[in-house]
Amino acid sequence: MSVREISIRDALREAMSEEMRRDERVFLVGEEVGGYNGAYKCSRGMQEEFGKKRVIDAPIAECGFSGVGIGAAMVGLRPIVEYMTFNFSLVAIDQIINTAAKARLMSAGQFTLPIVFRGAGGAAFQLGAQHANSFDGFYAYTPGLIVVAPATPYDMKGLLKSSIRDDNPVVFFESELTYGLKGEVPEEEYLVPIGKAEVKRAGTDLTIITWSKNLFLSLEVAEALSAEGVSAEVLDLRTLRPLDTEAVLKSVAKTHRVLVIQEQHEVSSYGAYLSHLIQSEIFDELDAPIGLVSTLEAPMPYSKSLEAVILPSQERCLEAAHRVLEGSR
Amino acid sequence: MDQELITDLYRQMLRIRRFEEEAARLYTERKIGGFLHLYIGEEAVAVGAASVMEPQDYVMTAYRCHGHYLARGGSAREGMAELLGKETGCAKGRGGSMHFYDLEKRFMGGWGIVGAQVPLAAGIAFAQNYTDSDAVTLCYLGDGAINIGAFHEGLALSALWRLPVVYVIENNHFAMGTPLEKTAPIDDLSLRALGYPMARDTVDGHDIFAVRSTMHTAIRRAREKKLPTLIEAKTYRYRGHSMADPAKYRTAEEVDQWKARDPIKTLGEKLESLGMTAAKSRIDSEVEAEIQDAVEFAESSAMPDPATALDYVLV
Repeated sequence: MSVREISIRDALREAMSEEMRRDERVFLVGEEVGGYNGAYKCSRGMQEEFGKKRVIDAPIAECGFSGVGIGAAMVGLRPIVEYMTFNFSLVAIDQIINTAAKARLMSAGQFTLPIVFRGAGGAAFQLGAQHANSFDGFYAYTPGLIVVAPATPYDMKGLLKSSIRDDNPVVFFESELTYGLKGEVPEEEYLVPIGKAEVKRAGTDLTIITWSKNLFLSLEVAEALSAEGVSAEVLDLRTLRPLDTEAVLKSVAKTHRVLVIQEQHEVSSYGAYLSHLIQSEIFDELDAPIGLVSTLEAPMPYSKSLEAVILPSQERCLEAAHRVLEGSR
Repeated sequence: MDQELITDLYRQMLRIRRFEEEAARLYTERKIGGFLHLYIGEEAVAVGAASVMEPQDYVMTAYRCHGHYLARGGSAREGMAELLGKETGCAKGRGGSMHFYDLEKRFMGGWGIVGAQVPLAAGIAFAQNYTDSDAVTLCYLGDGAINIGAFHEGLALSALWRLPVVYVIENNHFAMGTPLEKTAPIDDLSLRALGYPMARDTVDGHDIFAVRSTMHTAIRRAREKKLPTLIEAKTYRYRGHSMADPAKYRTAEEVDQWKARDPIKTLGEKLESLGMTAAKSRIDSEVEAEIQDAVEFAESSAMPDPATALDYVLV
């Protein structure tokens, strides 16, 4: 198998292009996806290859073009709806949650909705409060959706291809900060299955559970802990709904200590759910209370010095890891 | 005038009327839960439109959906069973009054958030262009939907992308309890089409032949020219917004004025004037039998098995 290093934006483009070559029902719609090649250049050259019929520049009307995608999916097309960022998905959220996630149940299975909603989620550098939302857990709250939040170029490509082939509505999170990040991706076609977590670093003393771009922070934390003689395992969930419960419990049963690192406010968060799940399923395996590092409880301020405090940092993660290792809160 | 057509239009309108009168009765007997929004009074719009559609065409609507479902050929049995939350319902008891579906008949629902069905209909129409199909999508909405964003975004995209869709505002003059003059500074709601722009028309929704003619023109425009139309059908619901609404915001005189022009009564009188009294009586009793059969079917059907509560979430 030949491997090369490509960026996440190219991995995403390859995933979409390969699937569009494979299946004529697949199309891409969103703001700037055509002539501009995508706000983050994820669809570079795609309109040239597939034409304006299949790579469609939409006006700024997220509710409208999300609904168009869902309606088209109801009658057999397989749309990819791109949000420039998921911050703007809020004006389409009625369509995603009240229509896409529920149409199958309300119609008792008459509707099948093979649609992907994708775009950047989470904070980047100093975007201010309205452009720094992290909504992965927010969408993961809703039954009827699949929620995918990968980190590496390999996983981005393999999971986006699986998402496009899936017959359910999939909400697919990328990150503005990592579109340029490069990693190994095979030349040959491959898929990464939805609903499967992956151990990205094996360890024995502590399980760090994370997803999306916080994988990279978690790996740094694990490296720093290793210098202290602590062997941390890093479990990348990759999919939030459905959760790979088996992988979570397996890792925890091995290390007996858990630290969750999430870019979410702690109240009503996915990490809080994970914590409940673990303690209710395998309480006896735990040697310490579960640690949770979250975004602090404030809308994101603009200034660099404040943003750094709000987001999970290596310093806060290490502090939390030490508390978990000491078995105290 | 074509007698077969007149008798069929009469039958279809009467089916809806009697279906809903029975639904109202079952609701007061607490056999139907949730909300029940009745279409009584507005039947000429759904039946007139359905009578000029082709089998390949799609229909989408909001939560006042029983009439559109029945007019499109939906089964009274399965509709009534849905209202009673039965496994034999048109959505196996998962949808309820606001969420009827019959994909085989291309009846696409049945949506509960005001205006949200407008972009969905645009999406179905988009898919027809994408696949070179000549099917037209007909999308109903109420006068209460003409201010919400989804309506405007759906219309904007329909005009921009030249989608084969016909939007029908069923103007029954009240958004729940708020009269139209308090929600829009226009009398002719088709004026909303101007800015996108798209073709528009206004029709007397109590005149089923006018409805047919208006719909026919718009559907042909969609099918042949791939252009959308916004139609206002002026109509009236005789009942409240839902069964919970005593409709005290309007006068009995106003209701009576509309009832005097009731489309079912009007067409029934036409049948009699054409010397078709016997045919009318036969339809009356056939419809009655169909609806009573539907009620019996619904009442005797099984509830969904509790073990299936998590079915139909994902594929």
